[in-house]
Amino acid sequence: MSAAYLNYPTGAPVADTKAPAGPVAERWDTRRFEAKLVNPANRRKHTVIVVGTGLAGGSAGATLAEQGYHVVQFCYQDSPRRAHSIAAQGGINAAKNYRNDGDSVHRLFYDTVKGGDFRARESNVHRLAQISVEIIDQCVAQGVPFAREYGGLLDTRSFGGVQVSRTFYARGQTGQQLLLGAYQALSRQIAAGNVEMHPRTEMLDLIVVDGRARGIVARDLITGRIDTYYADAVVLASGGYGNVFYLSTNAMNSNATAVWRAHRRGAWFANPCFTQIHPTCVPRTGDHQSKLTLMSESLRNDGRIWVPKAKGDDRPAHRIPEDERDYYLERIYPSFGNLVPRDIASRAAKNVCDEGRGVGPGGQGVYLDFADAVRRMGRDAVEARYGNLFDMYQRITDEDPYEVPMRIYPAVHYTMGGLWVDYDLQTTVPGLFAIGEANFSDHGANRLGASALMQGLADGYFVLPATINDYLARNPRHETVTDEHPNVQEVLAETQDRLHLLLAVDGDRTPDSFHRELGELMWEFCGMARTDSGLRKALERIPQIREEFWRRIKVPGSGEEFNQSLEKANRIVDYLELAELMCLDALHREESCGGHFREESQTPDGEAARRDDAFAYAAAWEFTDTGAAPVLHKEDLVFEYVHPTQRSYA
Amino acid sequence: MKLTLRVWRQKNADAEGAMSTYQVDGISSDMSFLEMLDTLNEELILRGEDPVAFDHDCREGICGACSLVINGDAHGPERTTTCQLHMRSFRDGDTIDVEPWRASAFPVVKDLVVDRSAFERVIQAGGYVTAPTGAAPEAHATPVPKPDADFAFEHAECIGCGACVAACPNGAAMLFTSAKINHLNVLPQGAPERETRVLDMVAAMDDEGFGGCTLAGECATACPKGIPLMSITSMNKEWLRATRKVKRSPHPPR
Repeated sequence: MSAAYLNYPTGAPVADTKAPAGPVAERWDTRRFEAKLVNPANRRKHTVIVVGTGLAGGSAGATLAEQGYHVVQFCYQDSPRRAHSIAAQGGINAAKNYRNDGDSVHRLFYDTVKGGDFRARESNVHRLAQISVEIIDQCVAQGVPFAREYGGLLDTRSFGGVQVSRTFYARGQTGQQLLLGAYQALSRQIAAGNVEMHPRTEMLDLIVVDGRARGIVARDLITGRIDTYYADAVVLASGGYGNVFYLSTNAMNSNATAVWRAHRRGAWFANPCFTQIHPTCVPRTGDHQSKLTLMSESLRNDGRIWVPKAKGDDRPAHRIPEDERDYYLERIYPSFGNLVPRDIASRAAKNVCDEGRGVGPGGQGVYLDFADAVRRMGRDAVEARYGNLFDMYQRITDEDPYEVPMRIYPAVHYTMGGLWVDYDLQTTVPGLFAIGEANFSDHGANRLGASALMQGLADGYFVLPATINDYLARNPRHETVTDEHPNVQEVLAETQDRLHLLLAVDGDRTPDSFHRELGELMWEFCGMARTDSGLRKALERIPQIREEFWRRIKVPGSGEEFNQSLEKANRIVDYLELAELMCLDALHREESCGGHFREESQTPDGEAARRDDAFAYAAAWEFTDTGAAPVLHKEDLVFEYVHPTQRSYA
Repeated sequence: MKLTLRVWRQKNADAEGAMSTYQVDGISSDMSFLEMLDTLNEELILRGEDPVAFDHDCREGICGACSLVINGDAHGPERTTTCQLHMRSFRDGDTIDVEPWRASAFPVVKDLVVDRSAFERVIQAGGYVTAPTGAAPEAHATPVPKPDADFAFEHAECIGCGACVAACPNGAAMLFTSAKINHLNVLPQGAPERETRVLDMVAAMDDEGFGGCTLAGECATACPKGIPLMSITSMNKEWLRATRKVKRSPHPPR
């Protein structure tokens, strides 16, 4: 570790988040009214680049095209329908109050701010809660087949961290159905010629001209051709960076390159250490493991989590009598029980495993038991609710969860951190917007279940299409940028040099071997529990891995062809820099909050101790150079409506 | 486990392809089929050879990217996606053939990777509800009978992997196309475009060079999501109904 990296300067605080003043419930209306509009006839003269086709990107691309903009859209997959939002299982929150159980926009707002452990911006979260109800209407209109009651009305269920039933779902495939809705809307616009879709094309850098985002450099993954694309605004909807950990529930090719390259070009990166470890994933089986599979949090509605009371009890589950089982979540958190928020459930699982009470191979697992649910509702009802999840579990583990309790263990799932954005979802580079998981805005230090789908669609269908108008209207079309522009030449040369170098090293280690090494390091030192000394160790090790990477990486083939090893290696280049920033952010935040648990900062009974006096801010980092100290900018968080308290789910 | 793999290698779309033989050792029965291929690729890279290209992403059976014909079966011996197929389905010493989807509408890109963009154009022809953002009525304004909602969901589960086409002796895309038509046509939201949807999507399907249906039923057997063969019957019924209601030049499903 270069001591210089730790010696980061603190720059000017964030001056203005652009959130309007006034009562929180009126701010979004105010902003929409104040936003300048672009004349419908002029919209087709504006090109907007959208990178990514998940819930945020897909819905944004379709909506901007409906409004009349010329959209040029990219995804690395062979089809926009395969973006990783497709894998979201559980559901989507909305404050419809269809259950008459006391829900409201204000309660969803309150739950989300509290669930995020008071590290999110109130204005944004309130807007999210307001828009949630419109999302459900929009998706139903598109033909999204949500679960329904016999009367034909929509069914809902409960999720962690809340006491109302506000989660809409489509069996265990809610993300798939919502994404297909957005994909179909996007397909309609592609057919109409309003969206120019580039599948199997990966963004490798951002083009900034005269201080504004004006385009991207992207590589055609089939031919290897590197091209430039220009626009009046660029929208990043490229998802989160959980794959820094190598093993996560992200798709294999989900990556951080788009956001990291944007960061290098001037977009600040906020709260990179806020990562969510999901409590209910299938435990790993061996070193060959390539990814981890989530079991939806909705299972915690009816499943009961337990471990044996005694250490090292290796009897099979059915031989352990009831009074020798510890239903530890129900014991420690009687009012929320198995439905405590994710960060709390994950840490509790880690604690019981660290005590030596874990189950399954290596003691890295806890039981999620459906025996009571089957007795109460009958097997058919359990199957109707969770059938596909049970099938998936059985396929992976070769165990029947109707007979033997599931074994689960926490795994990296979501990243609350991301590019810093203002109320308009604009980054610190004018004309560059970030939506969905790619931004940092709404979930604070911990995301509640079923809120990622809500935020992705809120950003893409409703927020960005309103705010980007204002940017485009206030920045009438600039002169056309061409490849001859010196900034473009520089970005192109850097991209080409990087790929050439990766191919030229011809060392003796595969891309995966580096990725795995980095991931293990991050899981150990920047995972569920973090310490000052551990983070310093990681910060010492990461530059060494980076140095070794550029000496020993081996990428076969050439750059002018379909080359999956080159794609991987190029993504790892960015992970090796982002990981360093994550550790620095985690080291600097000497408090525990949400998914960020610093062992030095806990209450006597082992709960996270937040330190509002010193850390009630979002940390936005400004890039300087690879391995050089970034500049910290603080956005102070002001809580006018939801007053920070120690979260209690007991 | 020790296995012999015979894998289709093809440098690019224009090159000739051939089966190449590889040995892999130390395979665990808990590995997924793709993790077994990862193991092979790690060895190939270190030997300085080109690793085997294959499509994959979520590795949890939902994105629809993975697409291998294993021992002659689309997605292999179990009714699932290749990424959810585990090596416990094979025995030590087995020889396994691994090929890409084979269909004239899905040209090979490289090795085991194929171009499925024909599916995109079928969806673009009408696989949507025209519901621009913002104009939606309150969600509870239109109740949907539960059996209809369930029927829609069961067809909406299609992941667009293309196993149905790969399994079909005619390379037909009837199951894929019918799944989307049945999902949307049964819902009240899909009703206004019910006729044009089926006519346009079937026409697009034919234009893409997919074969005709001879009710071999292989598609429904290969489908990892269990889209039933009856789906095709429902689509044909929809198509016939639409031809009577909409005056257009006939373009029958084959």
